[in-house]
Amino acid sequence: MRHRLLSFFLFALLPGLALAVPPIQHWTLDNGARAYFVESHNLPIVDIRLTFDAGGARDGTLAGLARLTNALLDQGNGGQDAGEVAFRLESVGARLSGGSERDMAWLHLRSLTEPQALEQAVDTLALIVGKPDFPPAAFERERSRMLVGLQAVHQSPDELGNRAFYRALYGNHPYGSPPDGTEESLARIERQHVIDFYNRYYSSGNVVIAIVGAIDRAQAEALAERISGALPQGPAAPPLPPVTPRGERHEEQVPFNSAQTHILIGQPALKRDDEDIFAFMVGNHVLGGGGLVSLLTSTMRDKHGLSYSTSSHFVPSAQPGPFVISTQVRNDSADRAIEVLREVFLDFLHNGPTPRQLELAKRNITGGFPLNLNSNRKIVGYLSSIGFYRLPLDYLDTYLERIEAVTAEDVRRAFQRHIDPDTLVIVRVGPQQEAPAQ
Amino acid sequence: MHRLLFIVLVLLALPLTAASAAERPQIQEFMLKNGMKVVVRPDHRAPVVVSMVWYRIGSSYEEPGLTGISHVLEHMMFKGTTRYPGGEFSRIIAEQGGRENAFTGRDFTAYFQQLAADRLPIALELEADRMRNLRLREEDFRSEVQVVMEERRLRTEDNPIALALEHFNTIAYPLSPYRNPIVGWMEDLEALTVADLQRWYQRWYTPSNAILVVAGDVEPQEVLRLAERHFGRIPARATPKQRKPVTLTSPGSRRLELSLPAELPYLAISFQAPSIATASEDWEPYALTVLAGILDGGESARLPSELVRGQEIAAGVSASYSAVARLDGQFSFGAYPARGRSLHELEAALLEQIARLQEEGVSTDELERAKNQMIADHLYQLDSIFYQAMQIGLLETAGIGWQKLLEFEERIRAVTAEQVQTVARRYLTEPRRAILHLNPISGEQG
Repeated sequence: MRHRLLSFFLFALLPGLALAVPPIQHWTLDNGARAYFVESHNLPIVDIRLTFDAGGARDGTLAGLARLTNALLDQGNGGQDAGEVAFRLESVGARLSGGSERDMAWLHLRSLTEPQALEQAVDTLALIVGKPDFPPAAFERERSRMLVGLQAVHQSPDELGNRAFYRALYGNHPYGSPPDGTEESLARIERQHVIDFYNRYYSSGNVVIAIVGAIDRAQAEALAERISGALPQGPAAPPLPPVTPRGERHEEQVPFNSAQTHILIGQPALKRDDEDIFAFMVGNHVLGGGGLVSLLTSTMRDKHGLSYSTSSHFVPSAQPGPFVISTQVRNDSADRAIEVLREVFLDFLHNGPTPRQLELAKRNITGGFPLNLNSNRKIVGYLSSIGFYRLPLDYLDTYLERIEAVTAEDVRRAFQRHIDPDTLVIVRVGPQQEAPAQ
Repeated sequence: MHRLLFIVLVLLALPLTAASAAERPQIQEFMLKNGMKVVVRPDHRAPVVVSMVWYRIGSSYEEPGLTGISHVLEHMMFKGTTRYPGGEFSRIIAEQGGRENAFTGRDFTAYFQQLAADRLPIALELEADRMRNLRLREEDFRSEVQVVMEERRLRTEDNPIALALEHFNTIAYPLSPYRNPIVGWMEDLEALTVADLQRWYQRWYTPSNAILVVAGDVEPQEVLRLAERHFGRIPARATPKQRKPVTLTSPGSRRLELSLPAELPYLAISFQAPSIATASEDWEPYALTVLAGILDGGESARLPSELVRGQEIAAGVSASYSAVARLDGQFSFGAYPARGRSLHELEAALLEQIARLQEEGVSTDELERAKNQMIADHLYQLDSIFYQAMQIGLLETAGIGWQKLLEFEERIRAVTAEQVQTVARRYLTEPRRAILHLNPISGEQG
């Protein structure tokens, strides 16, 4: 019965999907800024996303500096206080958000395209990125708020697990340091550090400007010119240092008084421009990235009833980002869960996906591709990534064929090339068990 | 993976409508012969569709002893039917490039699929099948209820603020079933049986208690035709009429001091307030919505300006109000003290902000800022077809009706400074107030 239903839909679709990919326009400004633009007139709105190579990986010895700098950008500009600056945006209905992770720091402005509103919003954005005053009082306040944020980290097994996991994977590499800092590092940060960080990393040569919305190319060019012109003029940041593999197995327990034990298993894996990325993507989809039907999830959840959420994912980054299998289980099931995860993972690593699994994963990824591009917000995210990691402009156009081209052997090779099962890191967060549970 | 949509409060408030006629959503509604409602929102920007089936059943319908049953049933809906046993549903959707999930709230249980638009018939066939043919097996239930308990441990028991708010709800809603945790109390989960679920399914999963919402690259007439084919043949069944639960609108001042293993102190203040469904004067929920925007609609709003910057007494503060609810809801505040400041100081400062607003009212600038932002936010939401389908489902299951979407902008624009002050005086009062202090005690680690 269902086969009749399915066969009807199986083949008709792929060709049509390419229509979902919007044409990307790209240009580089004289000041080094790189602009990416998709014109879209469906709604009278525009999204502008500025991405700087100014994430936590640039913190040096002052963990948290990148995040603090990002948070302080709009806390006083050109002599106006934070409330006045925010009012200029908010009174015309614009929304500004910012953030930073390990590779990137960003600001995202969404505005109406009604000329007066857009003018005022862009003007204010230029003021925010171009003339941050970093007032001393704001500096103290935001640093203090980050310290409160760390208290929240210390009551979250999930956050504690992540910090320990990155530290174990990366050691002294910049990725090992927590982007939200530590009590100790935040105490050492001075206002001048923030000013220096801003001048170095919020430079015109270090920004990708992604724009999606109901404006034309000339407007987009003017806008990119105006924003990047306001930035400190300077070059792109140098590449991050390479990651040195740990070379040995590592197991760690973070003691925490919780009802569940959080488990993370993984290793540094792929750079964003790695040629294995599509094979790894398809493989991870089969393994633990494809939702309820993926191997790890269905085994842990449906077969054993061990966890609510089990998944694997990888974070392709400027330098090899982590591959991680994660779950949370009742404390007395932790040993058993690790056993189950290892078994499923090692089997997959050695044998790769079955033809059926491979096919299902490819259909899900290709069939779901239009869902990745069905809003301006999602498209501007892709543009930022393409720009930041210098992916080819036809990345989205060739996406489907590159997924389709992946073979089971490609997946097996990619996983074996990037993952060494003998040097996996295993982090647990939870109460120390008295004796190993059997 | 089925996400529990907890705390409807946090759901950014409010259905906002379009800024101009050009963007006004063209929504169509149909009724099938068996009483099932179909609402279609065409949006042709991308060749995709989101399909949702909403049932008017959730934690606020649950009797004592049965809390969490709606949410457990949501999980069990993925366990298969005779025709599509086991995980076939999920497998087929995955194979079709779809994404699917489900969520349970106080007033609803909802299931959705996101797909390429021409695959809509698959989603409808599968949803119609599990509306009447679900197989509830003891063995699946035993394993799945364990999964739900893990979900509860993850979201509530190991999260001090969630745990505190769960306790707080029992005094913030002294009588209203909105006090029930959506995930259910652990003891109730332990006592739940497959026979309970069978009864719940029989009673509430009827065509006349369901709403199909489809948004995306579709034609309404075609959706109607498909809905008739798949859902139309399900026989009509009466849905039990539940009497509207009693709620206390003005229960008296309440306070909960809670000490939990945690690091971060936390303050919550809630006031009983009407929703669009319960308001006696229909402008009130909109005035309350604008009030929330004035207090906390951005960095220039009052609370961040006065308490986070200005006095530097809060490390973070929020105000929220949801106009979309079947029963009376709450106007709520949540806040973390700045370092070195106490919960008592923070409470006093927050209450002083409320008092000031009640006495002095709001300025034209603040009012216009808040309204402009809400109307722009509404327009921004049109960027997401998922969100549009959500709004329709929320309004329908709250008994308000999706048509209110179309009035929203007009209603917001009509709110006056005087009305904002009036609702602040009328609802942010001591007899409607409950206060929570979460005092951290250092946990025994390891």
